[in-house]
Amino acid sequence: MIEIENVRKSFGSLEVLKGINLTVQKGEVLTIIGGSGSGKSTLLTCINGLETIDAGRIVVDGTDVHAKATDLNKLRRKLGIVFQQFNAFPHLTVLENVMLAPRKVLGQSKAEAEAMAVKQLTHVGLGDKLKVYPNRMSGGQQQRMAIARALAMSPAYMLFDEVTSALDPQLVGEVLDTLRMLASEGMTMICVTHEMKFAREVSDRVAFFHKGVMAEIAPPETLFGAPKDPELQNFLAATH
Amino acid sequence: MFNYTFHWNQALKALPQLLDGALVTLQIALLSMVIGLAVAMALTLFRLSGNRILSGFTTAWVEIARNTPALFQIYMAHFGLGSFGIHLSPYTALLVGIAFNNAGYLAENFRGALKAIPETQARAGRSLGMTPLMAFRYIVMPQMLRIAFLPATNQAVWAILMTSLGVTVGMNTDLAGVTQALNAVSFRTFEFFALAAVIYYLIAKAVTLAARLAATRMFRY
Ligand SMILES: Nc1ncnc2c1ncn2[C@@H]1O[C@H](COP(=O)(O)OP(=O)(O)OP(=O)(O)O)[C@@H](O)[C@H]1O
Ligand SMILES: [Mg+2]
Repeated sequence: MIEIENVRKSFGSLEVLKGINLTVQKGEVLTIIGGSGSGKSTLLTCINGLETIDAGRIVVDGTDVHAKATDLNKLRRKLGIVFQQFNAFPHLTVLENVMLAPRKVLGQSKAEAEAMAVKQLTHVGLGDKLKVYPNRMSGGQQQRMAIARALAMSPAYMLFDEVTSALDPQLVGEVLDTLRMLASEGMTMICVTHEMKFAREVSDRVAFFHKGVMAEIAPPETLFGAPKDPELQNFLAATH
Repeated sequence: MFNYTFHWNQALKALPQLLDGALVTLQIALLSMVIGLAVAMALTLFRLSGNRILSGFTTAWVEIARNTPALFQIYMAHFGLGSFGIHLSPYTALLVGIAFNNAGYLAENFRGALKAIPETQARAGRSLGMTPLMAFRYIVMPQMLRIAFLPATNQAVWAILMTSLGVTVGMNTDLAGVTQALNAVSFRTFEFFALAAVIYYLIAKAVTLAARLAATRMFRY
């Protein structure tokens, strides 16, 4: 369970998160939508401790992310995150990309890490690309590799930050299909996305962020079908 | 006016001696590169440490190494340290001076290379649970070394040529030193120095070629 309690975060004088309250249950798929600069990415990076917070708490399975005593490197093994930029490690083959963290962080043997990597890469449809270097792959393939790389750490939660935004339109589908597959397997996921159709299909709940505030949160039928917040109504009208 | 007649016999007869000297030259150049790379890596980590004193140390080293004559750097290693009671042999002083110069230039190469690597790379590593040092070691450093490889090759060539400055601190076993000594007894100045120059040229070219070959084998992406 991820518990976000009254979280505030500023960059200089700009308050980016203005008291966010949100709980994500095991097995839930939550999508976050909202305009540019509304604080969606910032929230995700606060959840895995890449960013500090100014007030409030984020608790993951009972561990306070920003407490001094928390071992963030250990906590992050639980929280897979995939970014808009694919961040493939260019000097490593696809297989090596996926094996690196299990080997070095979890201390797995080569055989163990390789078995896991092959499994995850096959899962995202890259079983035939193991020995390829990332620069030989399309954006969609690189992004699926990044997903496999995160999954190889056996995370309990997956955070996705607009993972299709940097892709050519014809490559968006294959990555969304991968996310759908994970959702259907019961992975707990928080997805920041601009793909409304996708949000409608996979989400248990959808949250709408506006200027650092979570203005509305509801199951997709309600949020898309009968939006209450006027800003959300504008936002939805603009995206259609 | 132009009444110098060439006599290559003496110079060619001394070829084995010159080649022995060339080996010493190559040895100093290689050692100075190995030391220079190790020190440059340490200087780079100092800079990345976020510690003001450590990164200031790196800045000072790089500034001095790149903005003072290599000759002075070698002088300082010999006579400068000598006045503090640290007496280095010509060989060691030459090695230390060149390694100092190499480290400064290589650290600067590394800095440029790091600029070309997006910060999101290390961040992706951190997100997978790596410590900052692991992310540097396994993700950033290999990319940095690749980018810095060809500039480092230039520095290696420069290191070979810098060894000739050793004659100023009494070095007499390297190629320049041997040439100088032979010239002093034979007075066939042009012949000896021309031959030595050809040998320097060939070593430099060989090193460049070897590095290119190594690069194509090492960097497969
Ligand atoms: N490291 C930072 N330093 C300063 N300001 C930042 C930093 N990161 C984000 N911001 C600012 O915080 C605000 C929220 O950014 P954030 O990236 O969370 O928005 P977002 O909802 O993800 O937007 P988008 O849809 O464009 O990705 C923006 O105004 C952004 O400029
Ligand atoms: Mg964002």
